[in-house]
Amino acid sequence: MSNEVAILGAGMTAWGKEGRYFASYGVEAARGALADAGVDWRDVQFIAGGETVRNGYPGYVAGSTIAQALGWNGARVATCYAACASGAQAIDVARARILAGLSDVALVVGADTTPKGFLAPSGGERRTDADWLRFRLLGATNPTYFAFYARRRMELYGSTERDWALVKIKNAKHGLSNPRARYRKEVTVEDVLASPMVSDPLRLLQVCTTSDGAAAVVLSSLEYSRSRGADPVRVSAVSTITPTYPQTIIEMPYLATDSAAVAAPPERLFRDAIAHAAYQEAGIGPEDLDLAEVYDLSTALELDWYENIGLCKQGEAERLINDGDTALGGRIPVNPSGGLACFGEAVPAQAIAQVCELTWQLRGQAQGRQVEGARVGLSINQGLFGHGSAVICVR
Amino acid sequence: MPDAAPAVDGWFTTTDQPSLVGARCSTCGTYLFPPTAVFCPNPACDGTDLERVELSRTGTIWSYTINHYAPPPPAVSPDPYEPYGVAAVELAREQLVVLGKIADGADLDALTVGMPVELVVEPVIPGSDEVVWKWRPVP
Repeated sequence: MSNEVAILGAGMTAWGKEGRYFASYGVEAARGALADAGVDWRDVQFIAGGETVRNGYPGYVAGSTIAQALGWNGARVATCYAACASGAQAIDVARARILAGLSDVALVVGADTTPKGFLAPSGGERRTDADWLRFRLLGATNPTYFAFYARRRMELYGSTERDWALVKIKNAKHGLSNPRARYRKEVTVEDVLASPMVSDPLRLLQVCTTSDGAAAVVLSSLEYSRSRGADPVRVSAVSTITPTYPQTIIEMPYLATDSAAVAAPPERLFRDAIAHAAYQEAGIGPEDLDLAEVYDLSTALELDWYENIGLCKQGEAERLINDGDTALGGRIPVNPSGGLACFGEAVPAQAIAQVCELTWQLRGQAQGRQVEGARVGLSINQGLFGHGSAVICVR
Repeated sequence: MPDAAPAVDGWFTTTDQPSLVGARCSTCGTYLFPPTAVFCPNPACDGTDLERVELSRTGTIWSYTINHYAPPPPAVSPDPYEPYGVAAVELAREQLVVLGKIADGADLDALTVGMPVELVVEPVIPGSDEVVWKWRPVP
């Protein structure tokens, strides 16, 4: 039995900072995906929403909020929160219902409106919440954690700010022709190295910003897609794993790692394991990929992902970016969409946006940034509190 | 600092030689910090007796950063703003990494990965009436 589901349609808003109500972005993306699929909203049997904590109660029940905004159609509903992995979790839930035969066609939507500046914890005084405490006790913003990982690369592999600037330059170039990218401007090494220091060693142009935006996909059973005569992009794996004890790499928003005093660290560290689980499920390996969309919260983190998804061995990512292997036209293009460097993160939408890009790439519709002949793509990210997120799409 | 209160209760001592307070599972022996779990976090262990223990007072820097922008609330910052360090510190005996701010007055430009540090307790920011643990480079 196939464990695949079809992607009938993909839709996305342009990413920006307009400050609109989050559900209005969600409806725009959902309508785009439905139109692309040629599916009437009233025929959708299940809707899964990525939750946002930033928009009050309607954000907590995003699936239902967007269903109401689209016009109640009686669909069953779920809302998923897994931080940056929320979208993958929503896709996974929809896929499970479809594979179980409980629904034929599902809509998955994520939408967010973010404030200016650092992402911050929810309000109130919450001294039992690690996310609140890391800010209050330590001033440990998200870039603080990104900087820890970046400095490890410097220490272990001699990674440099210039290597990371090459990631920014590549992604900026990729995003130039993406109509949905928020930033469409080339940058130089000098621009990057002259930008203000945020969390040493990461400068402003080495970390992603926060954005408003929404993304949606319409999923269905292969049977349903065949009945419509479609030759769809298919989802062949969704990896929503958690870490394995002891998790020995500091994970946002925690204040400490697990202890390896009595239990040996797992064979694969968490980010490696997220990719491995996806490859296992799809029955493929990194050598089969034509492109990847990885979560470049920082430029240095993109280099970590090259190794995590098996594009090269540990410590070799700097060579890949310097050789142009991951640029469009290279051996294995990474972030042809422009990545977070051009979009900024709209948290619950982001994993879905990655899948939209895979869909357009595998259909040959990624105008101006097309990976020629792409048949297999992987997207990957990680949500705070230990949420894995990877999707493999094939055509 | 007679009026200073711990910013969080029960996570560190405030003696002359302060230390973090973690927990140790009396069944499997693993350590954890903070000491808030009720059950052992080791999935191979069904222990429920988590004994409070003082963690190593010294460790080495696994990684660190210096934050040049003021963090958002509920973080607190001095006015005028001063960049501050945050380190992830490896404790050898417990084999875990604990975060902490770098102690006030430390030379942030001199920080390195692998540098030895010791635990101190200081106001969260200068003048604050709340104290927290921090890591101070050992000369």
